[in-house]
Amino acid sequence: MTTTLPARADSAPAPGRLRAGAGRARRHRTVAFFMAPAALGFLIFFGYPLVATVVYSFTKYDLINPPTFVGFDNYARMFSTEPLVRTAAYNTLWLVVVLTVCRVVFALGVASVISRLRSGVGLVRTLCYLPSLAPPAAATLAFVFLFNSEFGPVNRILKLVGIDGGLWFNSPAMSKPSLTLLALWGSGELMIIILAALLDVPPEQYEAAQLDGAGPIRRFWHVTLPSISPVLLFGVINSIIYALQFFTQAIVAGSAAAGSADVAGNSKYIGAPQNSTLTYPVWLYVQGFRYFNMGYAAAMAVLLFVVSAGFTWLLVRQLRKSQHQEEAA
Amino acid sequence: MTTLSDTAPPGARPPAPRVRTRQSWDRNLYWIATHALGLALGVIFLLPILFVLLTAVMKNDQAMSASLWPAEWHLENFLRVFDRAPLLEYFTNSLIYSGLATAGALLSAIPAAYALSKLRWPGQNLCFMLTLSAMMLPPQVTIVPLYDLWVRIGLTGTLVPLVAPYFFFDAFSIFLLRQFFLTIPRDYLEAAKIDGCTEFQAMVRVLLPMAKPGIAATAMFCFLFTWNDYFGPLLYTGENQDHWPLSLAIASFRGMHHVEWNLTMAATALTMAPVIVLFVVAQKSFVRGITFTGVKG
Repeated sequence: MTTTLPARADSAPAPGRLRAGAGRARRHRTVAFFMAPAALGFLIFFGYPLVATVVYSFTKYDLINPPTFVGFDNYARMFSTEPLVRTAAYNTLWLVVVLTVCRVVFALGVASVISRLRSGVGLVRTLCYLPSLAPPAAATLAFVFLFNSEFGPVNRILKLVGIDGGLWFNSPAMSKPSLTLLALWGSGELMIIILAALLDVPPEQYEAAQLDGAGPIRRFWHVTLPSISPVLLFGVINSIIYALQFFTQAIVAGSAAAGSADVAGNSKYIGAPQNSTLTYPVWLYVQGFRYFNMGYAAAMAVLLFVVSAGFTWLLVRQLRKSQHQEEAA
Repeated sequence: MTTLSDTAPPGARPPAPRVRTRQSWDRNLYWIATHALGLALGVIFLLPILFVLLTAVMKNDQAMSASLWPAEWHLENFLRVFDRAPLLEYFTNSLIYSGLATAGALLSAIPAAYALSKLRWPGQNLCFMLTLSAMMLPPQVTIVPLYDLWVRIGLTGTLVPLVAPYFFFDAFSIFLLRQFFLTIPRDYLEAAKIDGCTEFQAMVRVLLPMAKPGIAATAMFCFLFTWNDYFGPLLYTGENQDHWPLSLAIASFRGMHHVEWNLTMAATALTMAPVIVLFVVAQKSFVRGITFTGVKG
């Protein structure tokens, strides 16, 4: 401030270039001042650990003894000898594919129903969105109870209409579909985003298509889909990243369904039944923070980073593109 | 136009009133169908919460039976859970975690979002991209060195590792605030600066009052995220039950004693309650915030 005030006072006769230079230096100081905490935080909590993870991945480290360099041992173990990492990767891949497709299609379906409502929009929107706010640990616990095969309300209701409900979270084949249902119940955020996009489609386009004789299905394909496709793409990549870090619901569901005595402590029941809920992040957590194979966990983290960085890059590019369109508009 | 006259030449057109009744009949049917579907969806989404509440007030042997409706209403179950586990302590821990993290996130993110949206400087785009990337990155990627760091400082088993980062950098808050700030015309800030305000004064006196809804939405999302966070508390406070927040404690609730599903569901409902109250109080902010995080601004 002390430098700016005099500069302002005699600004009229001062040469333009000099003024601009002083102004720029001042602006840069302001920027540095505003960005300092964030930059420091980014370096400490993202920059450093990202680099350090790669370094740790070449070591054997148990938090107590100093790390020892082991070369590519952790990676060799990950890609050949260690059996459960493959199960974990498969489970996460399953979620990435099935959960992403179900989540986007379901959210689109619900959003298009809501967008067609004339009255009660607020109420239905609220009811559909509310579950997505529920703490995942609590929601998972609720679902494990609701889908319990012995006395759960879901199987009870299914029986009323003559369907045999099955074991849900207790069956290795059904546990991931059950987790998918749980994720759909909590997909309200995506619904709201898609709903906003649906309501943004200019009604004239529908009217024009209708005049041209397009039925509801053709109107959806040729009018709705093209104009909301950026939002859908956002939804797809967002869901993929969501599936890649699927942790809480998997670890709580596994332990709760197995009737574990201590969800937060005992790794015996993680992944139950039969490792079907052992997702990649869960196994990373168990390796690193239950078995204290920090080096191995770091190698797993590097792989997770490589995969998610690809999708992150896609999503960032998508967001940037829509920003530019917005600024141009 | 030609197709219209082809299918319905003026002479062969059926009487107008009949067409209108059939169309309005179709429209009524369409209205009924979509609204029935909408209502059904709303009910389906509500049912799990409803069953949680109904189970919570049952006697335990009824909760373990196949009945859906409580035979007796034991509303005192919601109080009994407090005897079974130190829920108030967990609640306080959650409040400390979420409250401090939210305050920290706003303090650190407001100036950063201001610099990213209202100032022009080289490297601005890069910084914004890095923020977006940090927002998307799975937390497990960086967790090994971070945990090691906190172990060396000796602060694992406390809430500090969970709260401290928010006072420096919270990518989501920066992103969301930036989106809100962009909607506020630069002219107001320029005017303030011509009147002799510094950038900081312009931000505090002009931008912040105008951005109140955005700041409220950001605060709520941050509060919600930390309230619901399970991975962080499990990692850093798992070993020390005294510092467990509610989200972590609820997952172990059944375990502390033998399974009492009615009380477990009561505790589940109590864990969800603050979030639902927050939403009911500030629904508008939430919905606006979500649409801001989407592709369209």
